[in-house]
Amino acid sequence: MMLTRRRLIAGSMALAAMPAQARRSYAIAPVPVADGIWMIHGADAPIEPANGGAIANIAIIATPAGTVLCDCGPSLAYGQALRKVAEGLTGQPVVRVYVTHLHPDHGMGIAAFDPRIVAALPGTIEALAREGRGYSDAMYRLLNDWMRGTELVLPGRPIAAGREEFGGRGLRLLALSGHSGADLALLDERSGVLIGGDLVFHDRAPSTPTADLPGWRASLDRLAREPHGGLIPGHGPFDPSGRAAIAQTRDWIDWLDEALTQAVQSGLDMVEAGELPIPARFSTMAAARYELQRSVSHLYPGLEARLLPRIDRPG
Amino acid sequence: MTLALLALAAGAGASTPADPLESPMWEAHAKLLFGNDPVRFDPRVKVDFPQIAENQRSFPVAIDARAIPGVRRIVLMADLNPIPIAVDYRPTDSEAYLATRIKLDQRTPVRGAVQLASGEWLVSGGWIDAAGGGCSTPPVSRVKGDWADHLGEIRGEAWPVAGPVDASRLRLNFRHPMDTGLVDAIPTYHLERLTVSDAAGRELGRMEIWASVAEDPAITLIPHAAAGDMLAVDARDTNGRDYHAALAVARQSPLPR
Ligand SMILES: [Zn+2]
Repeated sequence: MMLTRRRLIAGSMALAAMPAQARRSYAIAPVPVADGIWMIHGADAPIEPANGGAIANIAIIATPAGTVLCDCGPSLAYGQALRKVAEGLTGQPVVRVYVTHLHPDHGMGIAAFDPRIVAALPGTIEALAREGRGYSDAMYRLLNDWMRGTELVLPGRPIAAGREEFGGRGLRLLALSGHSGADLALLDERSGVLIGGDLVFHDRAPSTPTADLPGWRASLDRLAREPHGGLIPGHGPFDPSGRAAIAQTRDWIDWLDEALTQAVQSGLDMVEAGELPIPARFSTMAAARYELQRSVSHLYPGLEARLLPRIDRPG
Repeated sequence: MTLALLALAAGAGASTPADPLESPMWEAHAKLLFGNDPVRFDPRVKVDFPQIAENQRSFPVAIDARAIPGVRRIVLMADLNPIPIAVDYRPTDSEAYLATRIKLDQRTPVRGAVQLASGEWLVSGGWIDAAGGGCSTPPVSRVKGDWADHLGEIRGEAWPVAGPVDASRLRLNFRHPMDTGLVDAIPTYHLERLTVSDAAGRELGRMEIWASVAEDPAITLIPHAAAGDMLAVDARDTNGRDYHAALAVARQSPLPR
């Protein structure tokens, strides 16, 4: 067996952490949201040792051809536990795993699956090849023992917008962007359930580390136009109306864009921008202050470069 | 850096009060920085920063000591950084306020120390966990890398602020790599001096800057200048390159303090 750097790091961390911190296991509780489709609700919190990074929502779809997963969690251990729970639920092996976008809370669990059944948009696979190592290092640093054995694996199956069918159950694939450079959304034709990935957050503030806000708005408009039933957001509770979560995500990013633009234009520093009042209509959103401060870090330098005038003079 | 710290020291050996943050480096830094001057922990020195360090390479910190009369000097430092001091600012004719962004090497106390005319230092601050993160933490190794094409660019603006004396909020963003000399074989290269003056060339504030300030330094100060006044900014880096900027304080009704 090859000893990789990652195994060595994980091993030494595990030794250092024992016996005070025994290895914990993930509690995975799928909830049915429509015929043959379940949602696992991730913790509506930041990635932290208390939740092992299990903060993203995951969908399980039973089809006559086998079990389909949409996203697969933050780590090898999560992916393994997820597979067991999903296969127990449907009585069928996992035949497809979709990874909606590059963020590690959604996709590092693919370490537990055969890459040949793991599908993602080409833009997601390219971004993972480029940035995956950095994300992986950050996850180990944050979660150490939870990440044990998790190797960076790239999805082996590039997909485009279109349709995939599993023994008669059809899934529409929507290739969008805005939360990241490539965001996959899925529509289950039988139930009408829309799986939004991180394009849609619900009662949990959206995160923006790789966001392009105009592109995100366009994608939300597209999802709103797409006829659908209930909606599984990337984070936060199931939205039975299918409309509320899209509208709320749109409202937040519009407010964020406007508030930070005004902050730069009225001379606020980043610290002050992170302390701006958050409107009362967002009081149901978990992690709002946390995500606002993160968004200031992501978006403020770009806004300053765009909005503050050049004042340099020669000699 | 050791030399810089030694240069700051007025002496050595004075006993300093116990550190409420219990930093392992407090004694050593305090000796070098404060020498024999009296030191007191004082919450009126407001050291403000976000709950998490989303980007360890650029962590915003503001020091507001406007509640304390007679502040002559403001030092921003992070105890456990390899280059602990970030900025040493003299608000000659400015409010006792400074905001900028610094690099964080690890979990560390971040402090503001202000010196009064009497020589006494007032200190405050808190711990920040540099492990940072959340849904998709930024990759550990991302650098902009295009600084050479933009060196010398300065963006900024100044807005009048309400208060008992005419003052304006001055924001300055430089393009500069701010190399620490601690990464690979890249030698240290950073902005090291900055002065703000009025139209007559009178100094309103000046600072020494270290490489622990983030790449593309962003600095906010509150010089005593009224709406319409001209401000001049002069800076120099460790290669002896000079930077100049000029701007007028916006003619508009004052922002709240
Ligand atoms: Zn995401």
